[in-house]
Amino acid sequence: MAAKRLSVYLMALPETPALAEAAVAGGADLLEIGFPFSDPLADGPVIRLAGERALERGMRTQRCLACLAETRRLVGPDVPLIPMTYASILEAHGYERFWADARTAGATSLIVADLPLEAAPEIPRVQLVAPTSTEERIREAAERTDGWLYLVSVTGTTGARATVSGQLEGLVERARALTGVPLLAGFGISTPEQAAAAAALADGIVVGSRAIQVAEESGAAGLEEFVASLRSALDAVPAPAG
Amino acid sequence: MSVAERGLFGAYGGRYVPETLVPALDELERGWAEIRADASFQDELAHLQETYVGRPTPLYRAERIGDGRRLYLKREDLCHTGAHKINNAVGQALVARRLGKRRIVAETGAGQHGVAAATVCARFGLECVVYMGSEDMARQRPNVERMGLLGAEVRPVEFGTRTLKEATSEAIRDWITNVETTHYLIGSCVGPHPYPEIVRELQAVIGRETRGQILDAEGRLPDAVVACVGGGSNAIGIFAGFLGDDGVRLVGVEAAGAASLGTGRPGVLHGARSSILADEDGQVADAHSISAGLDYPGVGPEHAHLRDTGRAEYVPATDEEALAALHLLAEREGIIAALEPAHALARALELDAELVVVCLSGRGDKDLAVVLSHGR
Ligand SMILES: Cc1ncc(COP(=O)(O)O)c(C=O)c1O
Repeated sequence: MAAKRLSVYLMALPETPALAEAAVAGGADLLEIGFPFSDPLADGPVIRLAGERALERGMRTQRCLACLAETRRLVGPDVPLIPMTYASILEAHGYERFWADARTAGATSLIVADLPLEAAPEIPRVQLVAPTSTEERIREAAERTDGWLYLVSVTGTTGARATVSGQLEGLVERARALTGVPLLAGFGISTPEQAAAAAALADGIVVGSRAIQVAEESGAAGLEEFVASLRSALDAVPAPAG
Repeated sequence: MSVAERGLFGAYGGRYVPETLVPALDELERGWAEIRADASFQDELAHLQETYVGRPTPLYRAERIGDGRRLYLKREDLCHTGAHKINNAVGQALVARRLGKRRIVAETGAGQHGVAAATVCARFGLECVVYMGSEDMARQRPNVERMGLLGAEVRPVEFGTRTLKEATSEAIRDWITNVETTHYLIGSCVGPHPYPEIVRELQAVIGRETRGQILDAEGRLPDAVVACVGGGSNAIGIFAGFLGDDGVRLVGVEAAGAASLGTGRPGVLHGARSSILADEDGQVADAHSISAGLDYPGVGPEHAHLRDTGRAEYVPATDEEALAALHLLAEREGIIAALEPAHALARALELDAELVVVCLSGRGDKDLAVVLSHGR
């Protein structure tokens, strides 16, 4: 059983490359970089507000791409870097041009929270599935996804929650029965305990809202420490028997 | 037809939503297809339209303001709750009941759709949560109070523009979170497929009635049909009666500061591709209008398509022009219109056409404070 994967989501900001470097030092395996959008339907208050502030600081597409390139420079060639954004941004930039520019800046894939599975098949992206997804859609998402499947662990928006959603277990079971691609669980995972609980089910986790809060409150050093605490929680998850 | 092509109006429409909602939209699409083919639904809807909503609404000839034109007003302001929004709300409440959803979420700008949603929820015993921008709550106070009286919970939206755009986003987020129990009662012909289609069909009663009424009154079709366009539901409803009549000009009137069709660009907002007010990076811009119901940077995808094909034309009216038309109608005809249709009236009064129908989509009680604060 391979080590559990840890993905950390950060909003694109001038300080993000340094934060990303700290997250990798703390043990993040991959990084999602949020390109802010004015009307982020999938996001709860923390990421929505972070996006609002990023836009106020001028983080439009070109500057987000520059942030991505600088992040790539700091974290080296091996860490997967995935811009996460909304369809309106690609629509305005041009879908193919967006992917070309993102790749040039160091992106390895994309996540577009509101782009339907069937749309823009020429643009590689990590697909999301949710507790409400039918078997048919999970199968199709697994076929089309780029590398791993993003399990939305709860019917809801991004943001910290008190406990790991009871919906995750059923979703993991259904997805496992349909596909062999790695499954990373996100939405609502914010503490080492929750990371361990989710990773006991899935192949890895995504932490977003809490990482953004920690970075805002205590900068790169605090983020590195927080990510390290998630890393050790994941490393302590026993491999399944058999 | 592939899934990606469903619900398209030319290059517009579709379904741009987080995955969580896709199965609910599929369920709604199936449920809607079944229910609209069901005679008992159509009978129940027709009965409610007649006995509860107050349909058919009159087509009134406004003789004192036509200025040489024969000007008719389709009196949606006389509907129960005071605007066309109830046509859609009644129909969707029947759909929600059929789908077994006991909880309704809705967004509202002017408060008219919120009141309509609260009304049908009271009538059908459904729980009702309405999201409303705090700025709109301040300028449409009477409707906030009406919703409370009807038993709905109004949740203020305190971020971003604090208007209809943010209220819609919050309603969709609530729906994502409570999708198993909740029907999203969207208030205009916007949003992901199948909403634009459902709202169009439920508002098409306006156009069907108008067509029959004008033929009775004048023995011919009008030269032009004029309606205000916020999300576009009253306009698409009245246009629907005349889309096949090439000789009838269809004119949509947007608020000058919220002209998603006039000055917008293709973009994605609230689950659909349409013409939206946005910058070159796709960030949605703020709209500005004295009228809360038109203060929205998006528009229904079918209107974007009608604009591109040239079947309908879209023109702006300013706050001042709408206010002047509102005063004129009040003083000459004894009708206090809402600020939204006052935009349509303002343009209709200048049209180079002999026989014109304007959709008077709502009454102005909700706007008294705003209108009086601007003086005469
Ligand atoms: C009276 C009235 N007319 C028009 C509108 C605009 O909506 P639509 O363009 O969907 O008809 C509103 C919206 O609140 C309204 O209250």
